[in-house]
Formats: sequence, C-alpha cells, structure tokens
Amino acid sequence: MLCRVANELFWMARHIERTENIARMLDVTYRTSLMPYQVTEPGLAWAEPWSVPLITAGLATEYYQRNAVLSAEAVLKFLILDSSNPSSVYCCLRAARESARSVRGAITSEMYEDLNAAWLEMRNYDYDSIQQMGVSNFLEWVKMRSHLFRGVTFGTMLRDEAYHFIRLGTHLERADNTARILDVKYHLLLPSSADVGGAVDYYQWAAVLQSVSGFESYRKIYSDVITPRRVAELLILRDDMPRSLHCCINFIHETIEHLGDGRTRELERNSGQLHAQLHYGRTDDIIDLGLHQYLMDFLQRISVLGDEISRVFLVPSV
Amino acid sequence: MSRLPYNEMHAEDGSVRPHYGPFANWLAQTAASRIAQKRDEAERAFHRLGITFAVYGEDSGNERLIPFDLVPRIIPAAEWTVLERGLKQRVQALNAFLHDIYHDQKILAAGRVPAERVLDNTQYRREMQGINLPGNIYAHIAGVDLVRAGEGEWYVLEDNLRVPSGVSYMLENRRMMMRLLPELFASQSIRPVQHYPDMLLKNLHQVSPAGEDAPTVAVLTPGAYNSAYFEHAFLAQQMGVQLVEGQDLFVQNDTVFMHTTRGPQRVHVIYRRVDDDFLDPRAFRSDSMIGVPGLFAAYRAGRVTLANAIGTGVADDKSIYPYVPDMIRFYLAEEPILNNVPTYQLARPADRDYVLEHLGELVVKEVHGAGGYGMLVGPASTAAERAVFRERILASPGTYIAQPTLALSTCPTFVESGLAPRHIDLRPYVLSGLTVNLCPGGLTRVALREGSLVVNSSQGGGTKDTWVVES
Repeated sequence: MLCRVANELFWMARHIERTENIARMLDVTYRTSLMPYQVTEPGLAWAEPWSVPLITAGLATEYYQRNAVLSAEAVLKFLILDSSNPSSVYCCLRAARESARSVRGAITSEMYEDLNAAWLEMRNYDYDSIQQMGVSNFLEWVKMRSHLFRGVTFGTMLRDEAYHFIRLGTHLERADNTARILDVKYHLLLPSSADVGGAVDYYQWAAVLQSVSGFESYRKIYSDVITPRRVAELLILRDDMPRSLHCCINFIHETIEHLGDGRTRELERNSGQLHAQLHYGRTDDIIDLGLHQYLMDFLQRISVLGDEISRVFLVPSV
Repeated sequence: MSRLPYNEMHAEDGSVRPHYGPFANWLAQTAASRIAQKRDEAERAFHRLGITFAVYGEDSGNERLIPFDLVPRIIPAAEWTVLERGLKQRVQALNAFLHDIYHDQKILAAGRVPAERVLDNTQYRREMQGINLPGNIYAHIAGVDLVRAGEGEWYVLEDNLRVPSGVSYMLENRRMMMRLLPELFASQSIRPVQHYPDMLLKNLHQVSPAGEDAPTVAVLTPGAYNSAYFEHAFLAQQMGVQLVEGQDLFVQNDTVFMHTTRGPQRVHVIYRRVDDDFLDPRAFRSDSMIGVPGLFAAYRAGRVTLANAIGTGVADDKSIYPYVPDMIRFYLAEEPILNNVPTYQLARPADRDYVLEHLGELVVKEVHGAGGYGMLVGPASTAAERAVFRERILASPGTYIAQPTLALSTCPTFVESGLAPRHIDLRPYVLSGLTVNLCPGGLTRVALREGSLVVNSSQGGGTKDTWVVES
C-alpha cells in the first residue's frame, strides 16, 4: 500500500488510542480528586491530583505556559478542549478524523462514518456542556467512542496491510501510555513517604489500575490486597492483560514479523529483543533495577521502535 | 417567455405525466410527517457519510452538504434512448476533433473551425501536438450538461471534458433513494446506475499503454482539501484502486511509480482529477506542489495514460462550443441528434451589437468560466449588473459569449413552503474507451432558489436522483 496512506492510518490509530488514554487518566484523576484525603505534607505531588495527568502526558510545561495555577477546570479545558494543545482530546480526534478523511478509501465506510460522527459530536462540546452532562459521563463517552471505533475496525476491515498498520499504531501508543501511567506512581509516591502501604497508597495504586481497566482483573487474578509489585507484574509482564506492556509488544512484534520483508531485518531484531525482554522478564529484576528506571528504558526503546517503523514503511525513499 | 416552463412531473392541464404515476401515488398516500422524517434521515445520513464539498471563497475547511431532494427526476426510457444516441455521437465527434487538432488539423484546413479559435486558445496545448494516445481517446470521461426546454426539446449547455465531477452524487443519491423508498424500486423498472465504477475501471483498463495486460490504475487527487475530494476517494474505493497524491508518485526512466510500503510500484493509468496546469511542475506550472515532476515526459513516451488527456479543455471551451454540430457533420458525416443552444460570439461585431441591445433577455457567460461563476442571467439581473457586464464586454469582447435565456424545465422540489417547481439540468457521464458507454441517467442538479437558473452546487444548487424508467 501507499506509504502516505500507511502513515496516516498509523497516526489515525495512535490519535484515537491517545484520546482514550487521556480520558482514562482524567477520569481517574477526577475520581481521586473527589476522595477525602489529608494534605500532611503540603507540596507533595500526591496532594495535587490534577498535576498527575499533566506529568503523565509530559505536558506540564505546556500547561504552565498557558495557566498560572493548577486547577481542575484549567486542566480539563487544556486536556479536553484546547485546540492549541495537539494532545487534547479535541485535537487528537480532529487529527484522527483528518487522517481518516485523507485516506478514506483505505478504511471501510463504517469506520469513516463512525469516526466522522464522533468528530461532529465532539465539535459541539464546550466546558459548560461537559459540566452539564457530568465530567465522568463525558470521559465515558470518549472511551466508548474509542471502543466503538476499535470494534468497527475489528468487525469490518479486511485483514490487509492497512489493518496491520492500524494495529501497530494502536499498540505502540497504548504501550507508551501504560508505561507512562505506571511511572506516574514514581512521581506521586516517594519511597520516603510515611504513608507507604497506607490508605493513600492503596487509593493511588487502585487508581493506576482503574485507569487501565485493570482493577477488576487484578482482583480476579490475585484475589488479594493491592501491592505495587503485583501491579507492576500485571501491567508489565502479564500477556493476558490487554493493556500490559507485554501484551502490546506481542501484537507489535507479531505484526512486524507479518509485514516483514528483506528490508526489515533490523526492525524485526529490535522488536524481537523488546519482546524477549518482556516474555522472559521477571518481576524481581524489574524491582531490583527500579521501576522508574525500567519504564524510562522501555519508553526510550518503544520510541526508537516507532522511528524505525516510520523509516522502513511510512516515509518513502527512492 | 410568456409560457410556463416545462414541468417534468405535471402536464400543463395539471395532470401527472404517466412516467411520474407511481411516484405521484406514493406522494399522495404518504403522510407529510413521514416524508419530513425521510428527508431528515437523508440529511443526517449524508452528513454522517461525510458527503460534503468545500466552498471556495468561504472559510477554509468549511464543508457543506449539497442539498439532496427527495423528488426524483424521471426520464422515460424511450426519451433516454434518443439522448444516449445523441450523447455518444457528440462525444465521439469531440474526441475525433481533439485527435485531429493535435495531429493533422484537417478541420482547420477545411475551414470548418477558424484556426485561430483553436491555436490561439489558452486551452490548446502545443505540447500535445503529434502525441499518439491509446485508442485516440482524449476525453475518456465527459460530463455533458443538458437542459430541457420543452417536450422532446433538449439542448446541450456545455461539454465538460477536463475533470467533470459529480458522478459520486449520482451514485450516492441512488443509494439513498433505494434506502428511503424501496417500494418504488420494487414496483417499477428503474434502470440501475450502481455499476458505474466498474464501467469506469474497465474503460481505464482499455486505454492503458500498449502491451499491458494487467495495468495498475490510480486516481490522482490534489488532496483532502480539494472541493471534490470526497468524490476522488469514493471512486478510488469503489474501483478498488489507489487514491494517490502527487507526492506519492515519482518518475524514473520515463516510468511512473508510486511509493508503497513494499517499495516502488509501477502505475500504468492515472485517472487524474488535477488540472493540466498543475500536473507536472517541469512541463507546466513550475510552482505546482500537487504535481509529479517528469510525468509529462513519461506521458509523451507512451509509458503512462492520463485520463482525461492533457489539452482537452480546448474542445469544451465556450468559444469552440458553437462548432460542435459542425464537428459531428465533419467527422461522422451525421446530422447532430442533440441541439446546441444558439450562441452569440461577442468577438463578432454583429453579434456583439445585438447582445448589447438585448442584455436583459440573454445569458452572458465567460468563455473560460465554469461553475456558474462570472455569468449574467439577463432577466434576473439589475440595471447596475448589466452596466458592469456592458463595460466588461466592451473591454474584452472575445472573453464572452451570450445565449438566449432558455426556459429550463422544472421539477417539483421540497422547499420551505412545501413542494414547488424549481429549474433543473442533467449531467450524464459518457465514458470512452474501445466503445462509448453511459450509465442511464446521470446527475440532476436543481436551482433551489425560486426562479433561479443557476444549478451549480457552488451557487446553492441541490441534486436529485435521476431515474430512467421503462414505460
């Protein structure tokens, strides 16, 4: 297929996945912010739940360029509606729809119609209407639109190259986001905090789980209290958890092998290595290395992998 | 102008014409609320499908729906047969003309068309001289605009031979009507049009460079911001071929390739929806960002087919239009089946004097204009508008032609106050390859403003489904 088309599909998928992840992070933040907690040490990051989504998305600098203080309203506006923030739900959905529009021949008409309908609806939202319907309901809507689009894609699309590039985009973006969400705990909860293992700690780990739809799975698998070690295991190493790093890399590696030809050796080697690291990895090794260190390393490698995919498939060279 | 315009549905005594019978019954038997609901459904569906077009001159990125009207335009099969013959004849002659003027120029030598009209025309492409094209076809896709002025009285308004658009609306309108009014399709024999993309693909295969058994076809679009982008994408998808932009193609050794995820892949036939000027920055406008450097060299070398060919604009130019009936006589030795609208050429002093005296009765058009821009509809104009046109004509008479204001036929159309007659035209699409073929019907455009004769979508026109019904 055309490189340009593959590129648009790849980014369409990434942008859709990104809207969902922003919604997930905001939803958890919103719910956390409603919980009673005591600020024991003013200035500690965990005392400011609204900074979490900014840190996770790596957008704190951009936020403070536009806003002097941290407030729920400003963060919601910035991450949902801001048309000058390329990572807002508004911009991601617009970019996804523009991509779909520019390559609509490569996707099914159901997919385009679904995405177009989501965009037309998104255009009608402003802060007041979101307040009116309820922030959680709105975020739920964003997630549902992403689910719906994935379902339509899965249910209507030919398993051709186009499908595989969409799948690559979705899983690269998701792996990136899961790693970022997990790493937030590092910023939130410093090991020195007296509250480790206490109520705040519990709610924060629970929030991480909820943000990746992992809370119920955790209970099912472990039938036990929430511990950081198990959360890390669940979200990094378990391959039956659809948003875990292992699961995402399985999809990515499989797809790259499927798309592979003579020109893709290096790419296959890179994804294979990352895959092996997760497939044969041990939780103890991750904890020994340090979760933050591990995740930083992972984010770096996934970013290299994304560049490599671009170079091999998406950006033409004569 | 005293008589009422011909109404497609109702005879002058108010009775329903026979071919409109089943539809009129449906209309009479269906509650107004149900009809309103169907119209609503159509509008929502078109929005969701994203069947929109961009309007130049308005905010960038402004997408509008072309209003769709629920009342079909119905043509009896017997009448269509005549139109079809006339259209094939006309397009055959136009292709013969294009081949001739880019080769031996017999028609100019014979004095049937003034040589300077052709050779000095800005649409005449000297670069095309002597190039041989597969099947000698230039206008592979023609969109001929027809209007009806009375019973059996049809006129060709213009021959669009460059990149005629609108066929996607013909297809989507039909899909919509079959969804909204299935019972009407079940109870009578309405000729299908959905096979147009297959016809088009077959046609494009037929004109591929010699010796290519399995040619690769692509649709070339200026990009997602072009007003007809929806149609480009739609046709590519329906034909199952790649929709490419200039940046997707490159030329090496006079051969055209596209960049694919598997490396370069050769392209043999390009259904291009990019104007001549922008096709190749090396051969034409050097500032074109949407073209393919080297494309014209590959074309000259016969390594790629462009549909339509480069330089077809000279044959659909309004200054050449008056000579089309003569082309038919010259190349086919037949009498034209379809009428031309009598046309005054303002470069001729006698015509000019007449037109300036009768501006209030005539339609004045720019020779190179298209899309309903830059025209004066005399009977609907103000004195000030006429004064402006008088100045323009005197300043540059060769740029204009004038025609009598035809009483375009009307068709009942849903407007705010209910059903009311509105003027319509018809654009059938004529495909030329080894043979000449048409889909029954075409695109009917309707001028939604009361009394307006301008049907162009950019000027607030709408569309209707067009039925050719067996009687």
